[in-house]
Amino acid sequence: MAKTAKLAADIGGTFTDIVLEDGAKRWSGKVLTTTHAPELGVIEGLRQVLDASGLKPQDIGVCIHGTTLATNALIERKGARTAFITTQGFRDIIEQGYEKRFDHYDLMIDRPVPLVPRTLRFEIAERLAADGSVLVKLDESAVKGLSQRIIAEDVKSVAIGFLHAYAHDHHEKRVRALLTRLLPKDVTICISSEVAPEIREYERFSTTVANAYVRPLMASYLYRLRDQLKEMKLSAPLFLMMSGGGLTTLETAARFPIRLVESGPAGGAILAAQIAAECALPRVLSFDMGGTTAKICLLTNGEPERARKFEIARAYRDMKGSGIPVRIPVIEMVEIGAGGGSIARVDKLSRITVGPDSAGSTPGPVCYGRGGTEPAVTDANLALGKIDPAYFAGGKIPLDEAAALRALQKNIGSRLGLKDFWPAAGVTEIVEENMANAARVHAIERGHDIASCTMIAFGGGAPLHACRLAEKVGVNTVIVPKGAGVGSAIGFLRAPVAYEITKSAVVSLEDFNAERVNKLIATMTADARAVVEPALGKTRPTLHVIADCRYVGQGHEIRVPVPVKKLARTDGAKLKAEFERIYEQVYGLRIPNQEAEAITWSVTVSSKAVKPKRAARAAKKAAPKPRTKRTIYDPALGKQVQAPVYWRFDMKPGSSIKGPAIIAEDETSTIVGANFNATINSLGYIVLERSR
Amino acid sequence: MSKDALAAIRTQVMWNRLIAVVEEQAQSLLRTAFGTITREAGDLSAGVYDPQGNMIAQAMTGTPGHVNTMATAVAHFFKHFPQSTMKPGDVFITNDPWLGTGHLFDYVMMTPVFLGKKLVAFFASTCHVIDVGGVGMSAKANSSFEEGTLIPHSRVRKEGKLNEELLSIILANSRSPVEVRGDILSLISANDTGARRLGDMMTEFGLTSLDALAKHILRQSEKGAREAIKALPEGEWSYEMPLDGYERELTLKSKLIVKNGKITVDFSGTSPASLFGINSPRTYTHAYAVFGLKAVIAPHVPNNIGSLSCFDLITEPGTIVDPIRPSPVTARHVIGQMLADSVFGCLAQALPGTVQAESAGPIWILSLYSAHGRVAPELTAKAKRFAVINMGLGGIGGRPGKDGLATTAFPSGVGTIPVEVTETQCPLYFKRKHYLADSGGAGQWRGGVSQRIEIASTEDAPFAISAATFDRIIHPAQGREGGKPGCVGAAGRGSGTKLPDKGMHIIDAGDSLVLELPGGGGFGKPHKRDRTAVETDIAAGLVTVAAARKDYGYEG
Repeated sequence: MAKTAKLAADIGGTFTDIVLEDGAKRWSGKVLTTTHAPELGVIEGLRQVLDASGLKPQDIGVCIHGTTLATNALIERKGARTAFITTQGFRDIIEQGYEKRFDHYDLMIDRPVPLVPRTLRFEIAERLAADGSVLVKLDESAVKGLSQRIIAEDVKSVAIGFLHAYAHDHHEKRVRALLTRLLPKDVTICISSEVAPEIREYERFSTTVANAYVRPLMASYLYRLRDQLKEMKLSAPLFLMMSGGGLTTLETAARFPIRLVESGPAGGAILAAQIAAECALPRVLSFDMGGTTAKICLLTNGEPERARKFEIARAYRDMKGSGIPVRIPVIEMVEIGAGGGSIARVDKLSRITVGPDSAGSTPGPVCYGRGGTEPAVTDANLALGKIDPAYFAGGKIPLDEAAALRALQKNIGSRLGLKDFWPAAGVTEIVEENMANAARVHAIERGHDIASCTMIAFGGGAPLHACRLAEKVGVNTVIVPKGAGVGSAIGFLRAPVAYEITKSAVVSLEDFNAERVNKLIATMTADARAVVEPALGKTRPTLHVIADCRYVGQGHEIRVPVPVKKLARTDGAKLKAEFERIYEQVYGLRIPNQEAEAITWSVTVSSKAVKPKRAARAAKKAAPKPRTKRTIYDPALGKQVQAPVYWRFDMKPGSSIKGPAIIAEDETSTIVGANFNATINSLGYIVLERSR
Repeated sequence: MSKDALAAIRTQVMWNRLIAVVEEQAQSLLRTAFGTITREAGDLSAGVYDPQGNMIAQAMTGTPGHVNTMATAVAHFFKHFPQSTMKPGDVFITNDPWLGTGHLFDYVMMTPVFLGKKLVAFFASTCHVIDVGGVGMSAKANSSFEEGTLIPHSRVRKEGKLNEELLSIILANSRSPVEVRGDILSLISANDTGARRLGDMMTEFGLTSLDALAKHILRQSEKGAREAIKALPEGEWSYEMPLDGYERELTLKSKLIVKNGKITVDFSGTSPASLFGINSPRTYTHAYAVFGLKAVIAPHVPNNIGSLSCFDLITEPGTIVDPIRPSPVTARHVIGQMLADSVFGCLAQALPGTVQAESAGPIWILSLYSAHGRVAPELTAKAKRFAVINMGLGGIGGRPGKDGLATTAFPSGVGTIPVEVTETQCPLYFKRKHYLADSGGAGQWRGGVSQRIEIASTEDAPFAISAATFDRIIHPAQGREGGKPGCVGAAGRGSGTKLPDKGMHIIDAGDSLVLELPGGGGFGKPHKRDRTAVETDIAAGLVTVAAARKDYGYEG
């Protein structure tokens, strides 16, 4: 039996999206996320797509999974009871943070509350110097007492972070070994030298603690999922999407779940990258809106920007600096609490606010009829006629329009003196403005001109809001790909298998110790290969090595590619020349006669990327007949209009329609604004163009 | 949409872009700087100016003492170098404390930007370099001549060619020439980065001049500030703060006058200048006094010459807030960073119940040196030479409705420097760095807690510490609305002795430096504090049971 089918499952805060692909055929489904046991939603969705496709579990050759469970646990503080063990005298580092105000003029800012309270931060006598010499011997006799306190406190996860462990890990490893013997089996232990071996104690400790905090939850979920899939006779290997855009094995994911935060959004960015390549788009704004959040990511020449630092759970007005920093490979994007489930309220100053809190899947928006009482964005979209209840989630989730209207009237309309659809119009206008602002700020921070971008809209919510968002930020073209409603999951199927390992090791480029570097890269490559190979099978992996270099005396580095070969002493000078070339490109000058050094090394082992097909404008075809008509509110015109409803799959490549219109499909609907034309391109994507 | 509305949106976009450009300028500086105080703690600033030298936008990255002083620093260059004499590729430099940012350690770099042959803007940036000669990062000099080398307004790059002679003078007068050279080049390249981006922006928007945009920005900002000032009650309020001083205690007097839509702070009656380097030149005084006012009155109005010009200042020459040459000024932030609390003292009377309690004030700059040349040579025979900086940060005052932030710089905008970064630079190590119990002033909203830091050498050798900026050791941060003061600071040795003054002190081999930072004052009466909050503080060890009984009437 040929195991040719591929399965992707993306668990978001509200929906679980499932995509099954077999050759050119694709089936997809959307079910509500089962927060208490997320694997149940996956199984339910999987049954749906199997039924639709007629395939059997045994036909599936590979499963790829991404989830925001780790992110949500961190945001909602629903991780394990975690303890932190650190060098004596330093238990407050994870709370003190950068000791810096992230806004000069706002005197009321809050700093992030650490995941481990002071009462669960324990110290142990030990101290290594920067060069690894022992200043204070590790007090092994104290570990027993520590274990008793950890047990007494009912701690389920332990993070260990010692000073200078990024380079010298033996004290951390020793304490872990001792604790493993003393603690119950179900208590997991993470050490900073494995989770994020990089200099700067706050960020390393913070990453380690966050990893420990979500590990019990994530590990138990992942293994439960594996077992349930096995019970269904689905024995294909299971890979996890990571925040950096690569795939890894279940075992690695269960050890380093912090690398899974933002895995769903990373899948979306990969989908956007593929569409950018297909449609030859130099500048792209990808707009991914789900049930809980909206994600905005910028791509240049088909590549999203990457970073090695990410901030989780920005607690104060979504402001940079107010979250928990983690050092992991990530795709650079901005995420705000604006999804279909985001709750709308009226504040003390009689202003409509939307989010960041979400009704999630339970109880969900009021219209789900699952006990929700506060109106959400989906309720507003329903009240405005933008969602056709017959099509929502393939018609599998019944919607109560009257209840949505009542809740909007009660919580918004009656407090602002608005009637009919106007409270709903206010809610969508605000959520669209919030997203536009986030997109503008993000583009500006990254030096992009947002108006020159093409927007790629996907996720269940984005096609409903894309035209209006495009108008607000000045974008002229919007692409809604096939399967937009489950875009991130489709992105998973396009992701390379990849794993990146990063390690701090200071090496002079003048007096280049090639032997040390070769050894380091060899070890890191072997470690990364061990992670990747089970997923690769027989395909040969590609190897990328990056050295983060700087002039001696600086504190920040630039990424310099390292040739993949056995390095010789003379390669130091070559690396320096490359470093200075890039440095000059970025900063405009070199610093003559100044020594340079490499600080951090990263090795990425990945499968090769496949070149996508090019899209073209299809020959003109007549527009299909609309299936029906609906009254919708058009914000650009500021009034209600009659809009024909087209079934997406009635529209063949080359057919074109004028807004206002609705193009419906199972997992989402594309609202074609009054100022837009919609055309289907050769790949079946909806191309929305603004008439000026 | 009407034409006017579209034009308004376009202006808004260009304004945002300008802020993005200066932010990139600042990030470039942060990422290329050599001095840890710049690259880790963020002691820098960056801004863009119109051709008349008016600051129109500043980066959020940076610190108020730099930003607000730089607002006026650019125009001073024109006396020596009229705009008409400037050429593309020119860069100008100074570290004049009175005409720059208040002490010799900050080089101000100014770069004119040309579009074709037309001067369209200036970029300026500044950062704290590691050493400028003289007595070093110490307040013990009695005149600015002893504090290091002053570079008057000069051209450091002429039409693209570096002025190597000038550079060699600067470097010959520094103990850390490599780092200083790196930082000067970083400043130059940061401005170049800004200039390139501005050029791109002007091309994209088809602009031949920034004048209309600058006018709009300054007018809108001034309008915002004026409206905020108009909302204040009219009247006069005075506040007097006792300060530790260096050779003697000092008095900082302030009077806030709100009248006819104008706001003025009058520091008349404040103590005469100190004999030692803690005096705050008027430009720096202006920076922090206005920062304090703006943070309370108009926090969200953009910071530029338009909004800054709405705040008037009166000082008496020859005082600690307006020293005249050649008064020493190296540790000028010891006075300067008290000014926010000083104006808060007035504002709290004008706007009762809304102004936070006093904070730890000046950041403690931990300037640590090897002891070479300061002790008998045999004691340092085998020791490594070094000069490093770290930060000691205390607590911020309790706020109406929230506790004060623990161990965070205020009003300075800098942050700490990671322990691991400092330890890779020198043979010192931190023995501890943790919260200090009972340091936050009691109150309904507790003052921010401070910390204890202990530092020793890994070598069998002494080291030196400059205590120039260790303040609030005598006078604590006061509480507000019935809140209690925060703890005073303490600086001493592990062996038990106190550091006697703000001078340079030796820590003997085997001994250690022990610092306890000042805590923030409390806000509101302590007995009104939520009992759960009191218990949480006790459980966390931030408040001891004994102190809770005494201060909060805790009965557990």
